[in-house]
Amino acid sequence: MKLLEYEGKEIFGRYKIPIQKLCGVIKLGDSPDKLRLEGPGPWVVKAQVLAGGRGKAGGVKLAKTPAEARELAGKMLGMKMATHQTQGKALTVGEVLVEEACEITREIYISVVMDRKESCPAIIASAEGGMSIEELAHSHPEKIIKVPVDVEAGLLDYEARQLAFDLKIPQNNFRDFTRLARQMVKIFIDLDANLVEINPLVITGDGRLVAIDSKIVTDDNALFRHKDLAAKTDHEASGIEREAKAIGINYIGLDGDIGCMVNGAGLAMATLDTVKLAGGDAANFLDVGGGASVEQITDAFQIILRDPKVKTVLVNIFGGIMKCDNIASGVVEASRKVKIGVPLIVRLEGTNVKEGKAILARSGMKLEQADSLWEAAQKAVKAAK
Amino acid sequence: MSILLNNKTKLLVHGFTGAQGSFHAQQCLEYGSAIVGGVTPGKGGTHHLGKPVFNTAREAVAATGANASLIFVPPPYAADSILEAAAAGVEVIICITEGIPVLDMVRVKKRLKAMNASGGHVTLVGPNCPGVITPGECKAGIMPGYIHRKGSVGVVSRSGTLTYEAVWQVTNQGLGQSTVVGIGGDPVQGLNFVDTLKLFQADDQTEAVIMIGEIGGSAEEDAAHYIKKSMTKPVFCFVAGKTAPPGRRMGHAGAIVEGNAGTHASKVEALKRSGATVVDNLSLIGEAVAAKLKTAAKAKPARK
Repeated sequence: MKLLEYEGKEIFGRYKIPIQKLCGVIKLGDSPDKLRLEGPGPWVVKAQVLAGGRGKAGGVKLAKTPAEARELAGKMLGMKMATHQTQGKALTVGEVLVEEACEITREIYISVVMDRKESCPAIIASAEGGMSIEELAHSHPEKIIKVPVDVEAGLLDYEARQLAFDLKIPQNNFRDFTRLARQMVKIFIDLDANLVEINPLVITGDGRLVAIDSKIVTDDNALFRHKDLAAKTDHEASGIEREAKAIGINYIGLDGDIGCMVNGAGLAMATLDTVKLAGGDAANFLDVGGGASVEQITDAFQIILRDPKVKTVLVNIFGGIMKCDNIASGVVEASRKVKIGVPLIVRLEGTNVKEGKAILARSGMKLEQADSLWEAAQKAVKAAK
Repeated sequence: MSILLNNKTKLLVHGFTGAQGSFHAQQCLEYGSAIVGGVTPGKGGTHHLGKPVFNTAREAVAATGANASLIFVPPPYAADSILEAAAAGVEVIICITEGIPVLDMVRVKKRLKAMNASGGHVTLVGPNCPGVITPGECKAGIMPGYIHRKGSVGVVSRSGTLTYEAVWQVTNQGLGQSTVVGIGGDPVQGLNFVDTLKLFQADDQTEAVIMIGEIGGSAEEDAAHYIKKSMTKPVFCFVAGKTAPPGRRMGHAGAIVEGNAGTHASKVEALKRSGATVVDNLSLIGEAVAAKLKTAAKAKPARK
C-alpha cells in the first residue's frame, strides 16, 4: 500500500526525521480556514496524490500570504491532475497539504528499498536529488550509491558515516544525516515497508537538513501485524478494487472492454496478454483464486459487470484440484443469481473437462465455449466488436 | 533421474492437520507420494490420514527419516516452520503458503545462507508456489497430478495455473516432464530461475526446459545471462504481464513493474538474445517444444 506524502511525514515525525512544519491537510468538503497558518511564511501548497511529477502538473504551489495559501489550497482540491506517472489518466486531488516553505541550497536523493536480487534491504542514495532516480540510474549509474543493509542489525554507525562521506554531507549536517539514514532503515523494518524514500532531502538556506517529500510503500502481506496501517484507506485502489479485496478477489480495473475472470494471477496476466495479441483490450485483471468456488465465481461476475465498459466476459479457468464440472456448475448457478447481459465466452481446461463442457452445453445459457486460451481470446475480441 | 524429488523422497507435511494441509496431503498420498508424517504442535502422538503426527520437526525427522518438507502453515508462522524444518536437517523444503511478509523471508534466507555456508545443504522452494512434482514418483504441492506425464521436459515457473497450462500442453503433445518446479511469485524466495536451470542442465533425464516468467524483478534477465553462458539444452520461455500497467501489483507480490525495472520488454529481449525461444502466444509453447524435440529425435538414433 502506498502512503500519501503527509501520512509518510507523520511517520517521519514520530521517528524524529526532520520535516518542515505541517500547517494542516484539507480534504474535499473541508474549508481552507482549517489550516493553521502562523508566522511569516511563505508556505507551500501540495496536492496529495500518488504520482511523481506533481510540480510540473500544477500540484505544488508557493504562497506568500496566508490568504494566498488558503486560496491556492481551495483551488487545488478537486483539481484533475495528469503527470508523467499517471499513464495518461487524470487523478482527482482529494487532499491538499500545506506546510512551511524553505529555501533550498542543496538536494540529495535517499531511499531504502527491497533489493530482490540480494534478498535484503538496501539504501540507494545520490548526491544529486530532486530528479527522477530512474533517469539518473540510466544516464549516470556511477552517481548512485548502494549500501546493503542487514535486516537484523539495521544500518551500522560506520555504514552511515561512510554514506555521509560519499554524499559529501557538510560537517554541520553530518550527525543529523547519519541519524536520519539509520532512522529511515528503522522505519523500513518496523513498518514492514517495501520502500521508504525522501526525494529530495535538502539542506535549507539556514543550514538545516530537511525531508521535503516522503514516499512510503508498505508490504500488504504484513498488514496483519500493523493494525494502524491496515485501518488506513488504500488511496491507490478504486472503490470497486477495495470491495473486491474485501471479499478475497484480486481485481484491478483496466481501460478495455473485455471483462476477464481467471483463476491464478499468472494465468490472469497471460489472459490479458493473449486478449491483446488477439486485437482486443481487457477491462480488468481478475484472479478468482486457485480454488474458484461457486460463491467466488458469483462475486467475480458481479464485480466484472459493475464496469459499464464491459461488452463481453471471458472466463478462463484451469480446473486443477477444483474440477471443471464443479466450475461449470458454479458458472451456471452464478448466471441464475447475476444477470449477464453481455456475450459470455468460457474456456475450461483440466480435470473432468468433458463433463464440465457438457454441463455448460446443457444449461441453455447463452455462451460460447472455446478449447484453448487463444481461441477464447479471439472469440471474445470478435464478440466485443 | 529428475531434480529435487524422486521415488526415495520421504515427505513431511507441516500444518498437516489444518484444512489446506489435510486436503492437499490427501491428494499427494493419492498420487503416490511417500508422506511419512506431519507436524502440528500440540497434536503429537495422534494419527492423521493414517500417518503419525509430531509436535516438532526434529521429532518427526528422528522418527521417520523424512528428507523433504511441504509447508502449509498460515503466513504469520510459515517463516518459522521453514527454519524449523531446516534446523531438523530436512534438505528440500517446499513452502506453499501465500502471503508471508517479505521481511520474514529476508530473515529466513539470511539464516539458510549461513547454514549452507557452514556445511548445510538446504534448498528452499517458494513460498507462494504450487510446489514441485516429479511425475510418477513424487508430488509435493497443490498441482493437479493427472495433467503430468513422465518425460524429458523440465518446467520452471513463477506462477501456478500458468504452469499447469504449459504442462498440459506438453502432455497433450505426447511428451512428458522430468520435474516441474514452481518457484513462486514472491519478491524474496528460495530457489530462483538460475538455480533451477542449473539443476535441469545437470539432469540426464531433462532434454529441454520450459521457463515461465512474469514482470517484476530481474530473475528472467539473470536467467538469460546463465542460459547464454552455460546452458546447452534448449529453453522455451513465456513472460506474462506484457499488458500490465506499471506500478500495480498483479496478484503476486513480486509481479510489479517499478520504474524502468522489471518490464516485459527487458525480459523478452534478454531471453531472446540468450538464444532461448520466446513465445508471445502462451497457447503455442507446447507445440514449440514438441517441434524441437521431435526434430532432435529424428536427427539422432533413438536411445535405448
